[in-house]
Amino acid sequence: MSTELPESAVPPTTDAGESSSAPTRRTFIATSTAVGGAVVAGGVIGGSFLAAPEEVAAAEAPPSSRVSLTVNGTRRTVTVDNRTSLLDLLREHLGLVGSKKGCNAGACGACTVLVDGRRVNSCLTLAVRLEGAEVTTIEGLADGDRLHPLQQAFIDEDAFQCGYCTPGQIVSGVGCIQEGHTGSPEEIREWMSGNICRCGCYVKIVRAVEQTAARK
Amino acid sequence: MHPFTYIRVSDTREALNAGRRGGRYIAGGTTLVDLMRETVERPEALVDISGLPLDEVTVTERGGLRIGALVTMSEAAAHRKVRTLFPVISEALELSASAQLRNMATIGGNIMQRTRCTYFRDVTADCNRREPGSGCAALEGVNRTHAILGTSDACVATHPSDVAVAFAALEAQVRLLGPDGERQVPFADFLLRPGSTPNREQALRKGELITAVEIPALPRPLKSGYLKVRDRQSYEFALTSAAVALHVRGGLIREARVAAGGVGTVPWKLPAVERHLVGERPSDSLWTAAAAKAAEGARPLQHNRFKVELLQRTVERQLRIVGGTK
Repeated sequence: MSTELPESAVPPTTDAGESSSAPTRRTFIATSTAVGGAVVAGGVIGGSFLAAPEEVAAAEAPPSSRVSLTVNGTRRTVTVDNRTSLLDLLREHLGLVGSKKGCNAGACGACTVLVDGRRVNSCLTLAVRLEGAEVTTIEGLADGDRLHPLQQAFIDEDAFQCGYCTPGQIVSGVGCIQEGHTGSPEEIREWMSGNICRCGCYVKIVRAVEQTAARK
Repeated sequence: MHPFTYIRVSDTREALNAGRRGGRYIAGGTTLVDLMRETVERPEALVDISGLPLDEVTVTERGGLRIGALVTMSEAAAHRKVRTLFPVISEALELSASAQLRNMATIGGNIMQRTRCTYFRDVTADCNRREPGSGCAALEGVNRTHAILGTSDACVATHPSDVAVAFAALEAQVRLLGPDGERQVPFADFLLRPGSTPNREQALRKGELITAVEIPALPRPLKSGYLKVRDRQSYEFALTSAAVALHVRGGLIREARVAAGGVGTVPWKLPAVERHLVGERPSDSLWTAAAAKAAEGARPLQHNRFKVELLQRTVERQLRIVGGTK
């Protein structure tokens, strides 16, 4: 976390969907770490950003842009710092925290979402570039209370342990099935290699993808 | 990440104007955004070219192939013409990166991608490519994955692309558009060896835009393919790789195109191997003898001596896979 740079530090907008009065696990953690974060801020922000908080506030705001995109069927118009990744837009601005920040460098696949139907790493996607795009995240796969078949298959096959990589695995699996690269366990392994599972649940992940593809 | 302004352009003239003013083109962004986050790259202005009409694969009049700069890696790999005319390109692409990254990254961006040398990516390390004159931490550092060919005292980093190895083998041309109009640069001259200026990586003029990579026609039938050797089976950069294309007629090899990856500071064309093959009858002993010339001129470092033999074996294996066993 110490390498976090200011693009993800923008406070969530009001439509973040966390209006409930009871504190969620997420808001609790955010509140209780805020003090530590403030202490660290001066240290991690280097070069031209090295300034006291009041100077930052007085300085010109970093370049931002307005962008309209559709997320899980809902049209969203947001103004974001140009540095904001799609992943940070989803997690920090829209309250969609299913997509995970693992490596933040396109190496682990935990942040995988569909953009215009194709699976991509949302951590390497700048949000400002998504004008008019259709984004589908793990939260958008289920049909009401009915899980997406691949979500159900992950449960049936017990295809996870800690679950951190699971949203990325499932969205990537949906992409893999749509692309038609499910001809054999070997083919699934190759085409799912952009999703790392630290718990090593690969055998069951492959099985879940294979069975879902077969049912299509 | 440092702040930057962002504009999206809808035609090439608009792009060139922005490029001439110092704007940095962004297409797939998979390398650029990653390096911006590491503050290795600090562009002040991004020019989003993804809306430009450079996303087609076409067969040229002479039977070659023109791949638009904005065709994604996954689109190029899956394209019927690419798969039938030059399997080596499809194979190199599908052995690169991950499915997600291939959906984002483009052909133009792929050949522009910067080295994966860990010292280049670490802004606290000495790196002449990143900070000219600061030195090269890899020379005496952990250099197991570094280059053995085309190196200099200033830099020993490999070029990470796989498809660029196929382009080098096939003697592709890079089509460029700049303020002064269009021009075409042979692939061998497009990516620059480090020499004393490793910070200069491509033969691009200011504001120039890659519009396409063009593969010249080769006589048919042509067999081609790509072999990649790496530390894990998938989603990893090459330790060594080989792109091979052979035209065999009347029992003799008439044309040979061979290049290696993972070993050079640029994709490494192997003319000595090609010369050894042309005019000969395919055989196991021919593959072995030709591949023995693959590492000519190699200058291994402390931790990558294994690459000399691995390169020869990789080339030999791929010659046998493409040319068959007799």
